[in-house]
Amino acid sequence: MNQGRRWGLDLVLLATALCWILPYVWMTLTSFKTLPEIVRDPSAPLPENLDFSAYRAVALTMPLARYFFNTTIMALCIALLQIVVALPAGFALAKLDFRGRALAFGLVVATLLIPAQVRFVPVFSTLAELGLINTMTALVLPFGVSAFGTFLIRQALQSLPDSIIEAARMDGAKEWYIVYRLLPPILKPTLVSFFLFSFVYHWNDYFWPLVMTTDDQVRTLPLGIALLREQGTGVRWHIVMAGNVLLSLPALAVFAVAQKHLIRAVARG
Amino acid sequence: MRPRHPRDPFWMMLPTGALLAVFFFYPLVFAAYTSLFRWDLLTEPEFVGLSNYRVLLASGELGHAFLTTLSFSLVVVLGSMSLGLGLALALNRPGKFPAFVRGAIFSAYVVSWVSVALLWLWVLDPSAGVATNAVRALGGPSIDWLGDPDIALYTLALVTIWKIAGYSMVLFTAGLQDVPRSLIEAAALDGASSLQRFRNVTWPLLRPTTAFVATTSLILSFQVFDVVRVMTQGGPVRSTTVFVYAIYEQVFMNLRVGRASAEVVVFFVLLLGLTLLQLATWRGKPKARA
Repeated sequence: MNQGRRWGLDLVLLATALCWILPYVWMTLTSFKTLPEIVRDPSAPLPENLDFSAYRAVALTMPLARYFFNTTIMALCIALLQIVVALPAGFALAKLDFRGRALAFGLVVATLLIPAQVRFVPVFSTLAELGLINTMTALVLPFGVSAFGTFLIRQALQSLPDSIIEAARMDGAKEWYIVYRLLPPILKPTLVSFFLFSFVYHWNDYFWPLVMTTDDQVRTLPLGIALLREQGTGVRWHIVMAGNVLLSLPALAVFAVAQKHLIRAVARG
Repeated sequence: MRPRHPRDPFWMMLPTGALLAVFFFYPLVFAAYTSLFRWDLLTEPEFVGLSNYRVLLASGELGHAFLTTLSFSLVVVLGSMSLGLGLALALNRPGKFPAFVRGAIFSAYVVSWVSVALLWLWVLDPSAGVATNAVRALGGPSIDWLGDPDIALYTLALVTIWKIAGYSMVLFTAGLQDVPRSLIEAAALDGASSLQRFRNVTWPLLRPTTAFVATTSLILSFQVFDVVRVMTQGGPVRSTTVFVYAIYEQVFMNLRVGRASAEVVVFFVLLLGLTLLQLATWRGKPKARA
């Protein structure tokens, strides 16, 4: 490629990157504005002062700390449960000979076709009858199996030499010891990638908490932030964007720190 | 390897199996069963046979939801895949700058749908949004991105492409790394232009990746809900009432669980059918990375 075309391409790429970056910048700038500023000139690039009143308004309209806590605990429980469940399954599917192994793997993969959007009506009506709506159980347990996690662990184990497991057996290690003690350090890159992926995914989730909760005690941050817009009369954009900064910042922070892990999790799928 | 005990695989698969049964396969069966009843969650269900399906078909609700979702999905899948492939090709070189551009674009995939939806609601606001003002400043028409029933669905598709283009870009980037450099260099030595190299070497080798991205993007875009709920609530005049939103309305606004279940069944069958169709279309060589 000659120098001129190279520069042209880079310029296009830079413009493309800006299409992704500028909306976040705009969100952040708006969050520091005041209502009169937005009414006067909604397109003014910079806020007149660094005004935090929109953030205070967000904190006043919802139990922010509660929502943060709920969201984090929920995402943490789901990601950990998925790993605990997927480790033995991935091990059996990758390493052990048994009848029905192909079928079992097929059933796990088939769940990709039964997303939350298909399951929520029956799961909701069943949990409602059991009185489990508005509980952590309703938020966590339905996601205990991850086809993606099982698949990743199985795939990572397939390239692990059998001799490592045989050696552990010779040393008298029980199968459960192998699954939960021997394998995790070996699988560390896979498990870290999957954990981060699952954590961020469920931290961000809007759909399931929306249909499974009505109570502030268990509601999560995406629901609260989305409500800012519904309550709004349409021009309180500084408050909506302040909430949006609070919602997107943790995900973007995890992304900044662990970009490689997240990209690897997606690319391996 | 042989299990140490013949029962070991059973115990190891048990947690997975139990959760699959309770939260995936039972709900499917339960939805099919419930779809034969009239049920508002409060009173006793009443058996009505296939009448839920008949009503949904006759009222046009099913057809409308299907066509709306399908148009949305087609735009999203084609848009995000071509953008993702284009970016993967343009950024397929080492260096800080390509990594920076990749990171910027992929970041949208990591942020929540709610964030993205709220962000674009503000950018596209009909009176004060920067995008609307920019178009007007350039002498363009005053576009009501989300209020015009002819446009709203495509606006949502555009926002969705913005959100998930990074996903296909990352997968195509990984796919490109599996294309042997020597093969491309050999083609170049033989005098193939860059377009010919892409068409005859890269593209055929990317086929498994393309199949995978196409299938997963289709499933993903077919499930669209969050952007609809936050940005348009199915409107204006139901122009963005996609499948999942229609189901949601039946349960939480109309309290018609039976009718919602009928829609769930149809939705699942469609998802299954489209996926099989797509796999059949793309089935060439088995997926190399699997």
